[in-house]
Amino acid sequence: MVTVTNLSRSGMSDWIIQRFTAVLLAVYVVVIASYFFCASEASYETWKEFMSCLPLKIFTLLAVISIAAHAWIGLWTIATDYIKPLLIRAIYLIACGVATFVYVIWAFQILWSV
Amino acid sequence: MLKVSIYRYNPEIDSEPHMKDYQVDTGGKDLMVLDVLSLIKEQDPTLSYRRSCREGVCGSDGMNINGKNGLACVTAISDVVKGNKPLVVRPLPGLPVIRDLVVDLTLFYQQYEKIKPYLINDTPAPAIERLQSPEERDKLDGLYECILCACCSTACPSFWWNPDKFVGPSGLLQAYRFLIDSRDTATSERLADLNDPFSLFRCRGIMNCVDVCPKGLNPTKAIGHIRKMLLQQGV
Repeated sequence: MVTVTNLSRSGMSDWIIQRFTAVLLAVYVVVIASYFFCASEASYETWKEFMSCLPLKIFTLLAVISIAAHAWIGLWTIATDYIKPLLIRAIYLIACGVATFVYVIWAFQILWSV
Repeated sequence: MLKVSIYRYNPEIDSEPHMKDYQVDTGGKDLMVLDVLSLIKEQDPTLSYRRSCREGVCGSDGMNINGKNGLACVTAISDVVKGNKPLVVRPLPGLPVIRDLVVDLTLFYQQYEKIKPYLINDTPAPAIERLQSPEERDKLDGLYECILCACCSTACPSFWWNPDKFVGPSGLLQAYRFLIDSRDTATSERLADLNDPFSLFRCRGIMNCVDVCPKGLNPTKAIGHIRKMLLQQGV
């Protein structure tokens, strides 16, 4: 049946990606929240030290990519539900896609500059 | 006297739909909404609505009664009207209105047709009939009872936004009825037809369908089962 440019062209894959990324983001939030609760002092130096360890960098990057994938599926769903004129939908989706891409690259650059 | 407000629209004479008020003498009885409509039709023969069996079997008189979809013939006034509030009757939401309470169900039936609502079995037919064990037959309970009244699908926002692509709760309940039938051999093909981002996966699980089903069925559960079958097939 009808398939446009969603993430994977399969409803099942999109559904799995959304659930998997949601769980990953939930775990990430718990990790970051635990740091704030457990850290003796929350200063720029301690934060920088915490964020500069490689496993956390990788986990953060994974979380950023998860947000991007999760958001894209959600935004695509919203667009195909509520925006019926094709031109407006296309403009909206391109804007969402570009913004998501920019955020991912920007996050990457920030992470590796720490 | 019961105050009744009914959605009226005759495209041949009305430029737009409007609500029309009526006063109905119920004789102090707790009538069904369909009985009230019959009394109104005696006052005003121009009122149009569908009805047939008047006992919740045919599914013809699905309509929106005080904000909730249901069958007029099995909905008592006391179930929907509290105090002196009026009885408000509108057509099923989300579908084109042909006239008054009569909606065009073409999109609804097209979705039903899409799920191939019949047994597919290419193996040679036995001499008498294809047998089922009592356990296999039990799996169809809660599915085969659907009367296609469209109350569920027209209560579903996903169906409102994409009635041409999302099969809807009614069609998906029927899809599962054939997927789980031991006599059907087209399981893979049926699942493949549902594995796009719209047909099944537009269901967000808000359960409006379960809330309104006049037969007490659970399309959300059936959709969950289909999703599980797709997952087992895909992983």
